[in-house]
Amino acid sequence: MAVLEISGITKSFTSHLSMGRTQVLRGVDLKVEAGEVLGLLGANGAGKTTTLKTAVGLLRPEQGSVRLFGMPITDVRARARMGFLPENPYFYDYLSGREFLDFYARLCGIAPSRRAARVAEMLARVGLEDRADRPLRKFSKGMVQRVGLAQALINEPDLIILDEPMSGLDPIGRREFRDIILELRRNGKAVLFSSHILADAEALCDRVAILRGGKVAACGRLDSMLSDRVRFWEATLSRVDPASLNVPHEKIWQRGEQVVVRLQEAEQVDTLIEEVRRLGGTLRSLVPHRRTLEDLFLGELGYEAPEETKAPAAEKPPIPKSRG
Amino acid sequence: MDKTLAIAANTFREAIRDRVLYLLLGFALLMIGSSIFLSLLTVGSREKIIIDLGLSAISLFGVLSAIFLGVSLVFKEIDKRTIYTIVTKPVGRAQFILGKYLGLVLTLSVNLVVMTLGFYALLLYEGAAHARLLPAIGLTLLELLVVTALALLFSSFSTPILSALFTLGAYLAGQLSWSLRLLQDRLDPGIGRAVCEFFYWVLPNLWRFNIRAEVTHAVPVPLAEVGLAVVYGLAYAALLVFIACLSFERRDFT
Ligand SMILES: Nc1ncnc2c1ncn2[C@@H]1O[C@H](COP(=O)(O)OP(=O)(O)O)[C@@H](O)[C@H]1O
Ligand SMILES: [Mg+2]
Repeated sequence: MAVLEISGITKSFTSHLSMGRTQVLRGVDLKVEAGEVLGLLGANGAGKTTTLKTAVGLLRPEQGSVRLFGMPITDVRARARMGFLPENPYFYDYLSGREFLDFYARLCGIAPSRRAARVAEMLARVGLEDRADRPLRKFSKGMVQRVGLAQALINEPDLIILDEPMSGLDPIGRREFRDIILELRRNGKAVLFSSHILADAEALCDRVAILRGGKVAACGRLDSMLSDRVRFWEATLSRVDPASLNVPHEKIWQRGEQVVVRLQEAEQVDTLIEEVRRLGGTLRSLVPHRRTLEDLFLGELGYEAPEETKAPAAEKPPIPKSRG
Repeated sequence: MDKTLAIAANTFREAIRDRVLYLLLGFALLMIGSSIFLSLLTVGSREKIIIDLGLSAISLFGVLSAIFLGVSLVFKEIDKRTIYTIVTKPVGRAQFILGKYLGLVLTLSVNLVVMTLGFYALLLYEGAAHARLLPAIGLTLLELLVVTALALLFSSFSTPILSALFTLGAYLAGQLSWSLRLLQDRLDPGIGRAVCEFFYWVLPNLWRFNIRAEVTHAVPVPLAEVGLAVVYGLAYAALLVFIACLSFERRDFT
């Protein structure tokens, strides 16, 4: 049984400018299995927050359904097994970190005898032990994010839902957050988090879902989505006159003393090697370029990935394509 | 139940940080204190003027505190998005609303006690600290229960400013709703009479909580009348809180 199952949810908002409604979600399907980390990716405004808020019951879908541990989200027994960290969270800032977590532990029904220990454990887990008695008002953004993670974990949930958890964190904070998520996965917990930062997803996710146009445009295991095929090969040659190179290539240009050739097909690689040998040149490197998450992300968003990474200023303009 | 109490305790903690509360409390004490000077300027029994003004100040500023704090009670949680992590915990929305309500009622009760202490300090000084005034203050607490519930209900579907206006309107109408009974008796049976009857029952009968004139002039109030006011106040407030919970149950938090 899936830990979280979202099927066909739609949601629209009345917009203030026009009289009509903007349809933000147009039938989102998403399934989180026990013990997996699923990244919900999408550009700003794609509807990630709307999807997650519907998943945790803050918003009611117009159509479709949300099942949490097989129960409707309105069931407190389902919510007892879930933890949620909203985007840019804000908490009662007159409470200290310890008081805040104690309050939330109480909301989760944790017995008074176990509360203090659990709160201390959570504070240690997110690295706030020595600042636990300061009011949240004096917390930095990163510290608020940590205490927010602590409140999401306080009931030892089986599913943790995090909306843009890394935003506003410095590199150290991001690293620590990643480590905590990976540790949760090791302990068999399921994690659903949204992000527009691809590096986070690549580092953490078992599966990703890309949200575009109010739907899940692509969803799958990261490795199978990416190692699909080689997009192109790039060979660097030296002591070769590009004009006399007779290989059906996609693009060729000069980089300093060297010549760079981009090939589309694997068979062309053999031809290239023979040609280089015939011309007495040297093959310096041959690199297969696979699909990256960024290509996938941008591609799925309807852009074509740029053909070529930006050339350094010193580089000469590409040599006109030869027929061949 | 413990979850509701946890929310109530946190609400109390937050409410006692509200400057509006202290401002209104200051005004109330000022008005209670200034009754000494006013009593010098007016004809009539000095003691009765002090008592009358004091009891009115306690009721008025109690009600104003209930309105101002009540309309932003839940709105603030939504506006600041603190509610996101509360209603996603294993806490029912009704538990949340009830906790917020009880927290504010606790705040207003403490506020009422402070005003009463100030009032009685003055009365002691004047040698007029009669125990017979206490039931009037007790009924003011019931009035606050109802007004807070009104503010909570209105704010569950509208903005704080509109809610404050609605609550104020309901408060004023509730002070005068006894006159509907008089009007009704003058009308012939028919639609007009039915409308009077309807509003009489729907509007809060806040005049039931006002026995200030009687206690001031030491006119005995039948116990049954006080008892009826208590039962009415509790039932009316409970009904309003219940409707507020229902309206909250289906709400989106955008
Ligand atoms: N309460 C709301 N009222 C009107 N429009 C909204 C509301 N919430 C979100 N939207 C719109 O829905 C779209 C998706 O928003 P959101 O889910 O926050 O996207 P994301 O989290 O992917 O950046 C945006 O265009 C946003 O303007
Ligand atoms: Mg978002």
